[in-house]
Amino acid sequence: MTRLIIDISRYILIALIVVYTAQCYLAFFRKDEDAREYMFLRQNVVMFCIHFVAFMVLYLKMEQAMLLYFYGAQVLYLLAVLVFFRNLYPRASKLIINNMCMLITVGFIMLTRLSYDQATKQFQILVAGTVIALIIPVIIRKMHILTRWAWFYAVLGIGLLGAVAVMARVTYGAKLSLTVGGITLQPSEFVKIIFVFFVAGMLAKSVEFKNVAVTTALAAIHVLILVISTDLGSALIFFITYLMMLYVATKDLRYLAAGFAAGAVACVAAYFLFSHVRVRVDIWRDPFREYEGGGYQVAQSLFAIGAGGWFGTGLFQGSPGAIPIVDQDFMFAAVTEELGGIFSICLILICMSCFIMFVNIAMKLTEDFYRYVAFGLGCLYGVQVFLTIGGAMKMIPMTGVTLPLISTGGSSLLSTLISFAIIQGLYILREDEEEELNEEEDYYYDEYYEGEYGSDNYPNQRYPY
Amino acid sequence: MFLSLAGYLIYFNIEKRDEINSNANNTKQESKQEQIIRGSILSADGEILAGTNVDEEGNETRLYPFDNVFAHVVGYATNGKAGVEAEANFDLLSCHASILDQVRNHGLDTKVRGDNVVLTLDSKLQRACYDALGSYSGAVVVVEPDTGKILAMVSKPDFNPNTISSDWETLISDSSNSSLFNRALQGQYPPGSTFKILTTLAYLREHPDDYQSFGYDCNGSISRDTVRITCYGGEVHGHVDLESAFVHSCNGAFAEMGMGLDNEAFKNVCEDFMFNTELPIGLPSSKSLFSLEKGASYGEEMMTAIGQGNTVASPLEMALVAASVANGGNMMKPYYIDRLETYDGDVVKEYRPSVYREVMSTEEAALLADLMTKTVEQGTAKKLSGQSYTAAGKTGSAEYETGEEQGTHSWFIGYSNVNDPDLAIAVIAENGGSGSSTAVPIAKQIFDSYYYNYYGE
Repeated sequence: MTRLIIDISRYILIALIVVYTAQCYLAFFRKDEDAREYMFLRQNVVMFCIHFVAFMVLYLKMEQAMLLYFYGAQVLYLLAVLVFFRNLYPRASKLIINNMCMLITVGFIMLTRLSYDQATKQFQILVAGTVIALIIPVIIRKMHILTRWAWFYAVLGIGLLGAVAVMARVTYGAKLSLTVGGITLQPSEFVKIIFVFFVAGMLAKSVEFKNVAVTTALAAIHVLILVISTDLGSALIFFITYLMMLYVATKDLRYLAAGFAAGAVACVAAYFLFSHVRVRVDIWRDPFREYEGGGYQVAQSLFAIGAGGWFGTGLFQGSPGAIPIVDQDFMFAAVTEELGGIFSICLILICMSCFIMFVNIAMKLTEDFYRYVAFGLGCLYGVQVFLTIGGAMKMIPMTGVTLPLISTGGSSLLSTLISFAIIQGLYILREDEEEELNEEEDYYYDEYYEGEYGSDNYPNQRYPY
Repeated sequence: MFLSLAGYLIYFNIEKRDEINSNANNTKQESKQEQIIRGSILSADGEILAGTNVDEEGNETRLYPFDNVFAHVVGYATNGKAGVEAEANFDLLSCHASILDQVRNHGLDTKVRGDNVVLTLDSKLQRACYDALGSYSGAVVVVEPDTGKILAMVSKPDFNPNTISSDWETLISDSSNSSLFNRALQGQYPPGSTFKILTTLAYLREHPDDYQSFGYDCNGSISRDTVRITCYGGEVHGHVDLESAFVHSCNGAFAEMGMGLDNEAFKNVCEDFMFNTELPIGLPSSKSLFSLEKGASYGEEMMTAIGQGNTVASPLEMALVAASVANGGNMMKPYYIDRLETYDGDVVKEYRPSVYREVMSTEEAALLADLMTKTVEQGTAKKLSGQSYTAAGKTGSAEYETGEEQGTHSWFIGYSNVNDPDLAIAVIAENGGSGSSTAVPIAKQIFDSYYYNYYGE
């Protein structure tokens, strides 16, 4: 009987996530505020259904009472996040909150299935991180001074990365983590955010060539330190994010072209200079040739995705555990194996919806600094998702980064939560701005929506009449 | 960017999934054995070659009713996997039975039956080949010329897949027999005089108008530089033209021919026939090799022309050469799985014949067919003549030396029913002496049993 339930459950899960994903995009086209509200609520219902069905299956297979408590705690957590955000910040973007919760839910499901212990640990970090995340929008709102510390961010970022490069423990062939007082941290995860602040601060000051040159040099130091620490995934994320931010700030295609040309040259140089880069590329070319060696992980990931097909094997019917460090870099393969290719495509689309929202928010902010921050954080997120999913499918060489909100890894989780919270803060800031303008003009403007996809409705363009 | 990810995942599922799922290192299928009873492997005539028996307590045993006869093709599923058991592992552990069936079985928590794999091999012909090869080490491959279907494939020494677990230690420690090795696909033998078919083709291409004026006086041997080549058994053929040189397999004449050939062009002919290329068969196989560079010595050229020297070929390769002649110059892509079926007989997937390449013109094929027919009528393969069926072919007596040991492999490649060929065949009996004395009678026994129904209708 259990098998029948698992078998049916996988179709139900797929149907639910398809409905959820469809609503993410339909929301962009709904103009009526009430209808949108209703849609977001419905998304929450769908999310809880997915959560329930998945945990029912997990319970049937694991038969541990603890699981029921864990499930309850998760439901409470999700409810709390939704309720708190809605009430503390009624102006927050509900689509982003929903997507965040949805991704966290998928993470809960897969982590619990892979390792209950890991999942509980992750849950604790999640709760702590969420508390921090709840405060952040306030900070953003109140502390305008944050915009003027560009040099401080640069020193902090480079300092932290430098410290890692010098003192870090080597894990999986890369220097990543730093242990302070018993807590192991991956500073590069946090430096990402600091880095975005630094670049935004510098570029908001001026986009004169001299200033751009100084900023580029400092950004290059970040990237170089990461390359030396062999954290190639992060190096790539920093690099692309910087280029995109530079382009948005200067609107000058020449910078973008020069940047990508330099990047291409650097990649080729890295291939010949660093053996670990060569290894990654060789594995990407043919993971089966070095099956016993480095190719094993990618090969197993491909086997997992292949075994999953469109509909997945069903929870506990696959063997994602065969992939080494599946819970971090290859979470996507695990999801695809057990929940199916369609589920994974929806997951990609949900991530895309987050990204679109980030960029959308960025476009509508008036102050340069905030606009660049929002855009930079969006890029960080987008590039990271691309690298980890592309790597797991062998579409691009594996770079070893996590899938935000779904993979284990406290630092990654915390930094993603913080990014999401900052974006929320900026979003609220924008709504505040609007309100002020509205009050000045004593004119209540009701038709201005959070997520008008594709519109370039800058707030200051709204008053031609 | 995100859409490219989604797009790639879709592409992966459509294009690459099968390849990944049947990768030899993929162990994902093992877990499916808990829900699916491994499907059967059937012969084209419906005999069960491998099947899973389930006793009352639910214990499963894999049975191979034909014991050693299909050993290498069907392979085994314990102690690792080989043959069809390995290549079709994913299909055998997939179930395409109706959803209703599957749901019912899931509801009852009983296993469903995996799909069956139906081979192109015919159990009667396979048995005939197995018996005909007798106690010789070697291989027999039978191909249907106009489809590329492999109808029989035997390799000896062999093993019994039913007792493979208990025999395992002996099998892997015995390096002199290498019984697990499928000689039909993985054997690399000097092709000997069977290779003269390709030498002749290369000669025809360089002398399209005057090949009939070829002449050579055979006095039993030919020497150039330090290399001396004799005709098999010291025979003296006297004056030969192209036809009689081929029919009587005169080494001197072909050595002379070989020295006049453009080596590059010769190599191209052979590479068209899949030398130096992986055979597109989907089972572990060895490449057949041909290497003759510009400026090779006369010795090398002479040796290569008579199928000695550095040239090696697998039995399937040589069967395909014969099949191409039989099929008027079109080489068909060889295949051994005819279709996949559900356990209750609904077809899941069917494999169709496809042309691999046109390796020669119809006229060239007709000329070679004529030479091969005359070889049976009056030459080295005369033992095949005078039957109710007609045949064509070429013998080979390939000399080999491995360490201390030296001897002669006995080859025959050819086909039956000259006007509308039924079976293309390659026979090799290791250390069997001349082609005429051993391989030809083996081929005859196989053709006889096919046309005279020795193994039943």
